[in-house]
Amino acid sequence: MMMTLRVLYFASLREAVGRANEELTLPEGVGTVGQLRDFLAARGEGWDALAQGRNVRAARNQRMARAEEGIEAGDEIAFFPPVTGG
Amino acid sequence: MSVSVQEADFDVGAEIAALSAGRLDVGAVASFVGLVRDANDGSSVSAMTLEHYPGMTERALEEIVAEAGRRWQLLAVRVIHRHGALLPGERIVFVGVAGAHRGESFAACEFIMDYLKTRAPFWKREQTPEGARWVDARESDDKAVGRWGPMGEPAASE
Repeated sequence: MMMTLRVLYFASLREAVGRANEELTLPEGVGTVGQLRDFLAARGEGWDALAQGRNVRAARNQRMARAEEGIEAGDEIAFFPPVTGG
Repeated sequence: MSVSVQEADFDVGAEIAALSAGRLDVGAVASFVGLVRDANDGSSVSAMTLEHYPGMTERALEEIVAEAGRRWQLLAVRVIHRHGALLPGERIVFVGVAGAHRGESFAACEFIMDYLKTRAPFWKREQTPEGARWVDARESDDKAVGRWGPMGEPAASE
């Protein structure tokens, strides 16, 4: 059974956390997109770019997701700043 | 209904022509072309790089086009968005909509651009005399998309 998440970071957030992606074992007590964000924001330097109050958007399995959306092992979760295409 | 995310430029005339090629029911083709400007937020811009989220980008654009197709009677839609390195004057995005009458073509074209601006995962980084910087999202873009009402799925994690 797959117990890992794939987490992606884009644009200024990718630069702040110093990586574009990682495989992560689903941490204990993390059941939503918002809880994963809080877990990552607590990692220390650079990761505060994900802290509450920062303007961060998220996607779960390549669809925009709210903080309260549930996550499961095997998911692809992405964090990024508000989009600026067009 | 067709979406492309590509580094290459595109031929606006050929794309517009293709929207009504081989059919006689099209009465109105509306199109939008977005270009790289040489200035933004008080600084000159010498180059731009567009980052995107491969996979989600195509899916988001396809969903936006599908939603436009539910709201208006459309005969053909084409969306092309470039990524990678771009210079001022270069084309970034094309939206073309074919319908029977101009009302739905104009409206759907604007709708697709407004949703693309706030939903499609692209990020612009521009080169200025003060250094490279990520472009900030505009509040006016959120307002522009708000006038179309909800799309039936969440836009943000906050």
